Amino acid sequence: MRNVIRITAPLEATAAASLRCGDNVLISGVVYTGRDAAHKRMIEALEKGEDLPFDPTGQVLYFVGPAPAKPGKVIGSAGPTTSGRMDAYSPRLLARGLKGMIGKGLRSEEVKTAIKANGAVYFGAIGGAGALLASCIKEAEVIAYPELGTEAVRRLVVEDLPAVVLIDSHGQDLYEIGKKEYRR
Amino acid sequence: MKVINIEEIHAAVEKLCIEANCILNQDVIDAIRAGLRTEESPQGREVLRLLLENAEIAASDRVPICQDTGMAVLFVEVGQDVRVVGGDLTEALNEGVRRGYEKGYLRKSVVKDPFDRVNTGDNTPAVIHYDIVPGSNLSITIAPKGFGSENMGALKMFKPSDGLPAVLDFIVDTVDKAGPNPCPPIVVGVGIGGTMEKAAYLAKKALLRPIGEANPDHTYAQLENELLTRINDLGIGPQGFGGRTTALAVNMEVFPTHIAGLPAAVNINCHVTRHSQVILEGREPSNA
Repeated sequence: MRNVIRITAPLEATAAASLRCGDNVLISGVVYTGRDAAHKRMIEALEKGEDLPFDPTGQVLYFVGPAPAKPGKVIGSAGPTTSGRMDAYSPRLLARGLKGMIGKGLRSEEVKTAIKANGAVYFGAIGGAGALLASCIKEAEVIAYPELGTEAVRRLVVEDLPAVVLIDSHGQDLYEIGKKEYRR
Repeated sequence: MKVINIEEIHAAVEKLCIEANCILNQDVIDAIRAGLRTEESPQGREVLRLLLENAEIAASDRVPICQDTGMAVLFVEVGQDVRVVGGDLTEALNEGVRRGYEKGYLRKSVVKDPFDRVNTGDNTPAVIHYDIVPGSNLSITIAPKGFGSENMGALKMFKPSDGLPAVLDFIVDTVDKAGPNPCPPIVVGVGIGGTMEKAAYLAKKALLRPIGEANPDHTYAQLENELLTRINDLGIGPQGFGGRTTALAVNMEVFPTHIAGLPAAVNINCHVTRHSQVILEGREPSNA
């Protein structure tokens, strides 16, 4: 395994720019959650000229719909969901200053272009590893759309959440590079 | 005629929901361990190592392996000599799902209407497939299905003249297009023949067969192997980061079909290929 880079969210522009596709990172700090329904609501809010549940500048958005927390636990199982479903919305949020996204799976060309244009980063967390990733979440609080249940927007405090840089601010994509290297 | 009380069904399904979601089956664990020994990509090995660590945490803390605890898919075999008493069988199965998802702190992911998308709040209704079989047992197999992988499935109605090579290409191509989205390493279920819905059903049912157990027909077992090799040569690797371990198994089920058709379905499962089974035995009515 290559060296692991520790990063802190929200993400400084210089930190985002220094990350390269294939880098292993451990993310600590504050990240926000959002998935299908929350994204739809956020974009509708922008279209109406309303505020978002959080100021996206420099923030990292984790595409996750956690399982309910057991008594005494902060959160239930909490692995990434398929990011491609957020493709229609992500460029708008990146244009508003969003610096990072954590998810899994392929992104559209439009999203890649927006990542590059805004000096942002797309991180991959391990899909299916919800129990392990939940153990990296130290605090969780619903801050918007509570009626959406698991899809509500949450503010999470994370510590050493393992991820890989999938698309860097230069538009390089690990999914393409990795597959090419091992294809027979 | 023997009987089974719905209370027994409630309790059994509740337990199955929790077990299936929190405990990764040994065949899957063994296959990931085997992948760890052969995977060439360092990133890929790291992913496989973390998946094993995740399964350990899930089992010991009794938390779901994956936050997507799925739509509950049930395969139910009803013995023709058994009668369910105390209520409606379908409702009893749904009640078991309701209790299991609530008591197990499992995520409720089912929406009532595909367009309005309001959550039903209890993860029901389950998708239930019934078979009537000889005997007086009630066999219930639960296979909670997450949609990261479910969304990547495909079905195609081939012309008979297209033949086997086109069908095999379609299967490999479906996995290639899915790429990292279904959380590889995956298990690939293939259903060939029957009608459109029969092929899709067989593809899903194929996922229940344990990893390492080949199709009993030698010809199909060979095709399963050939497909597994071709899929692992795609280079997608664990989580799509590049590598050799894209699929842990390809399970193919085949059924007779019509002179004019060749239906083929692919159902992809992630590494969390969940399935738990219970067999309830019918009792004499006086003891029920």
